[in-house]
Amino acid sequence: MMAALIFVISIATLFMFFVSYCRSLVASSSRHPLSKEVRDVTGIPVSATGRDFVRVMQLLQLCPERPEDRTGLQAVEMYYGILGLMEKTVARLLPAVHFWAEQERAGCANFAVVLLDRRIAFSREILAQQGEF
Amino acid sequence: MPGSVASFIWYFGTALELAFVVCSIARKSFARYFFLNLYFLLAIGSSFGRHLFLSKFGVYSDEYHYVYFYTDALLTLALYVALISLYAHVFGELRFGKYLRLLALLLLLGTALFSYSVVAQSSERLSTSFAYELSQNLYFVGLVLTYLLWGAALKLRETRTRLVQFILSLGLYFSAYAASYALVNMASKYGVVSFLGPALGCLLPLSWTVTMWRHSEDARLIPAQLVAVPR
Repeated sequence: MMAALIFVISIATLFMFFVSYCRSLVASSSRHPLSKEVRDVTGIPVSATGRDFVRVMQLLQLCPERPEDRTGLQAVEMYYGILGLMEKTVARLLPAVHFWAEQERAGCANFAVVLLDRRIAFSREILAQQGEF
Repeated sequence: MPGSVASFIWYFGTALELAFVVCSIARKSFARYFFLNLYFLLAIGSSFGRHLFLSKFGVYSDEYHYVYFYTDALLTLALYVALISLYAHVFGELRFGKYLRLLALLLLLGTALFSYSVVAQSSERLSTSFAYELSQNLYFVGLVLTYLLWGAALKLRETRTRLVQFILSLGLYFSAYAASYALVNMASKYGVVSFLGPALGCLLPLSWTVTMWRHSEDARLIPAQLVAVPR
């Protein structure tokens, strides 16, 4: 009985901490100003919407990976998946949840765009270093 | 000797712990986060000790069981100290920081005395499911303390990116660990649950290392963006 109670509470707090962790990842990239180059590549003028996430993820796969981004990106990708599931289920009954989930998905897409921007800059650095030799 | 999956998880976890210490030295943050580093250094030492006893006495020996459970208790205590040090970081700039340190010291002594009395009374039961129950309860207390710390960090509008992500990673770790121990207690007959604990053990050094590497001490975030439902 005690183990079952601890299990249920732990799973609930695990979900809460996971959401907060993903939000902190998204928030840590929110102040990053996007370069003109990434705006042109993605076609996103000011800020991304939730629907841009999949397309930006495809663009991310075309760029050389930065190892320090991998864990954060995987966590945000998982968070985006959970939000998608919520939109298909709970959000259909509760409009407020739909609005919240859409905002969160937009945050995830913005995080991916910032990562893309960093990867483009990283690729350019690598090319510049190769040009020196 | 443990199987290849268990050995891989073990070595991978130890490598990640070492990576955090190296990373914090490289980022000149070893002293600032001394107790987090101390926890990982003790974890690395415990891994070596356990490996030594394992290769000498075997996985089913009493010697290995005692080393395993005593180092586990020591590591849990060290993790409590690391958690208290995060409390000190969050409340450090407030006027009651002095009282907080005293409270933290009392909490630490209380935890140590409680653990000692439990072990002294029940040393013959340590190799049974009792050890799992004790760990489950200790991790659950850790989870509650981390939850309170996260609440305080939100209330105080904490902006330090590193600190926020350290607390959240610890919360994730304690939640996952308490859940996995509870699952082992409820469904120990399924072999796969035995891998859960060690695999989750890699989670904390991985996320802390990434945080240490990605963000400088000066990195800040907007506190309002951390609250799931805006107030």
